[in-house]
Amino acid sequence: MTKKKAAVINVALIAALLIALYIMEQILPPTAMVFTVLKKGAIYALVAVSMNLLNGFTGLFSLGQAGFMLLGAYTYGILTIPVEQREFVYQYFDGGIVKFTVPVVVALIAAGAVAAVFAYLIGLPVLRLKSDYLAIATLGFAEIIRAVFQWDKLGPLTNGSNLLRSYPTFQSVLYPFIVSGICIAIIVMLINSTYGRAFKAIRDDEVAAEAMGINLAHHKRMAFIISSFFAGVSGALLAMYQTTIQASMFKSAMTYEILLIVVIGGIGSVTGSCISSFLFIIFSEWILRFLDNDTYIGSFHVPLLRSGFRKVVFSVIIMVIVLFFRKGIMGTREFSVQGICNFFTGKSRKKKAVKGGDSND
Amino acid sequence: MTENVLKVENVTMQFGGVLAVDNMNIEVNKGEIISLIGPNGAGKTTAFNVITGVYAPTNGAVYFNGKKIIENHPQGKMKKLYQGENNGKYSSVLAPTPDKITKLGIARTFQNIRLFKSQTAFENILIAKHLRRTSNLFTATFHLNGKEEAQMREEAEELLRILGLEDVRDELATSLPYGKQRRLEIARALATKPELLLLDEPAAGMNPQETDELTAFIARIRDEFGLTIFMIEHHMDLVMEISDRIYVLDFGKPIAAGTPDEIQNNPRVIEAYLGGSVDE
Repeated sequence: MTKKKAAVINVALIAALLIALYIMEQILPPTAMVFTVLKKGAIYALVAVSMNLLNGFTGLFSLGQAGFMLLGAYTYGILTIPVEQREFVYQYFDGGIVKFTVPVVVALIAAGAVAAVFAYLIGLPVLRLKSDYLAIATLGFAEIIRAVFQWDKLGPLTNGSNLLRSYPTFQSVLYPFIVSGICIAIIVMLINSTYGRAFKAIRDDEVAAEAMGINLAHHKRMAFIISSFFAGVSGALLAMYQTTIQASMFKSAMTYEILLIVVIGGIGSVTGSCISSFLFIIFSEWILRFLDNDTYIGSFHVPLLRSGFRKVVFSVIIMVIVLFFRKGIMGTREFSVQGICNFFTGKSRKKKAVKGGDSND
Repeated sequence: MTENVLKVENVTMQFGGVLAVDNMNIEVNKGEIISLIGPNGAGKTTAFNVITGVYAPTNGAVYFNGKKIIENHPQGKMKKLYQGENNGKYSSVLAPTPDKITKLGIARTFQNIRLFKSQTAFENILIAKHLRRTSNLFTATFHLNGKEEAQMREEAEELLRILGLEDVRDELATSLPYGKQRRLEIARALATKPELLLLDEPAAGMNPQETDELTAFIARIRDEFGLTIFMIEHHMDLVMEISDRIYVLDFGKPIAAGTPDEIQNNPRVIEAYLGGSVDE
């Protein structure tokens, strides 16, 4: 199968997926659970891929994702709340200090840009750290930024600890799919470029990468900024999905969820992250919901099932995965049409699957 | 006299109380194969690490093609060790990172092989081509640099072919036999288009036959790529056969320099290092 043919099939699959989603929307009621899963899954797929770019492809173990999502969400909200609504939203702060709105697309890009600018500034000190220390520093950043955004003195901008709302949101499930899809496609193209190869070199061996002329500081910063940019965009999408923004949403638990997705999908696999983000959302939002509810069978109160038990189950799952399935679903392989064809025709699957095509999201 | 490609001037490297390299002077001329030998722990790899910018030297300077690339002349206690042109006056510290040194045209291999282990042989070479890119992040991401990318790939293929690695092109670097891993490391270094190639024990762990092959191989790449080669090596057969000149280090101090014949007959070298093996 030629490269061109594979590309045509990929495009056809993406088109078929979008059409299927469109048809589903026409048939099913908009409140159906499947739409929640698809919308949230698409958003989480983007942030998981952005985290994978950093943790999986560049080897920088960062846990600041929730912080960058928060920045993106707030930027989006602040820039898009209609002027006439601001009085009501910022009711304790005289309508806030921002007195204009920008189009949704501009706000989405601005959301990424603000996250990227913060990433640059945070990166100056923290990217000198390695492995666990970097993780702790970025986690600390995410927590600090969450606290700062709830600070009363910043109220005219962030509305303090009150909700941001009334900004434009999306109804159609196609929206997050298309935006996430474009962003993920850009990340995949980056990974397949010469810069992506340099990132992988840094992951494999920093000393050798530097000896081969790769400027470590420059490339690490680049990966950190790009990853944060897309985390910011996904934060904005999440804000659109949730219809309200509150800083307390972006807890470190959110970062752990994303990390869980990345690990389940396979550290170093874009398609793995996409697949596992949908799986994760299906389980956490849908199938395993019952774990959080008090359940009675007849008059028998089922033990353990109560609010918060779901988290316990997830913790156990991540432990099992880390201990026994360290490679996740995909390992570092990519899911591709070519890979599947080779699998069925029995051609040297190992090599081709590693090389893989673009993601199918 | 031919031009110095590399000149190491009064380089001293001190780690706490340990003088790893003590006032070392080396000159490497264009097209030469120079060896650096010495017993274990003599400071050979440290010397390489200073030249390639991994460590900033405690004192001294390194010149590449007549241009000063590394320099540190401290004041105080270490000052008296320096007898170069700036003796006595403090000058600015020049401590480029290894990637900048590589960019200037000095490539190296490692004593313990350091290939990119999750990548194939081909990708390993391709990664080294990143250095000479002209594309920026934007053009590379959106694949607007097709011409350059194609050229990079072609050059990488050619290197594989010249170095006899085309049959393992798509194998993971770590799954290659040991000799080929060494060869791939050299190929990867060559991909950065160096003028000066630093080989850190290229024959480590090789049997006599493989060492013979490597000897011919090193001479061949020198001629084919117009390189100057500076290497650390323990296999005396290899060193004596292909070196134009040899430097001997012992406890960080250079104790002798000269042609293979001179070195073999130098009593200090025999005492310090070669022992009985010179009689072979």
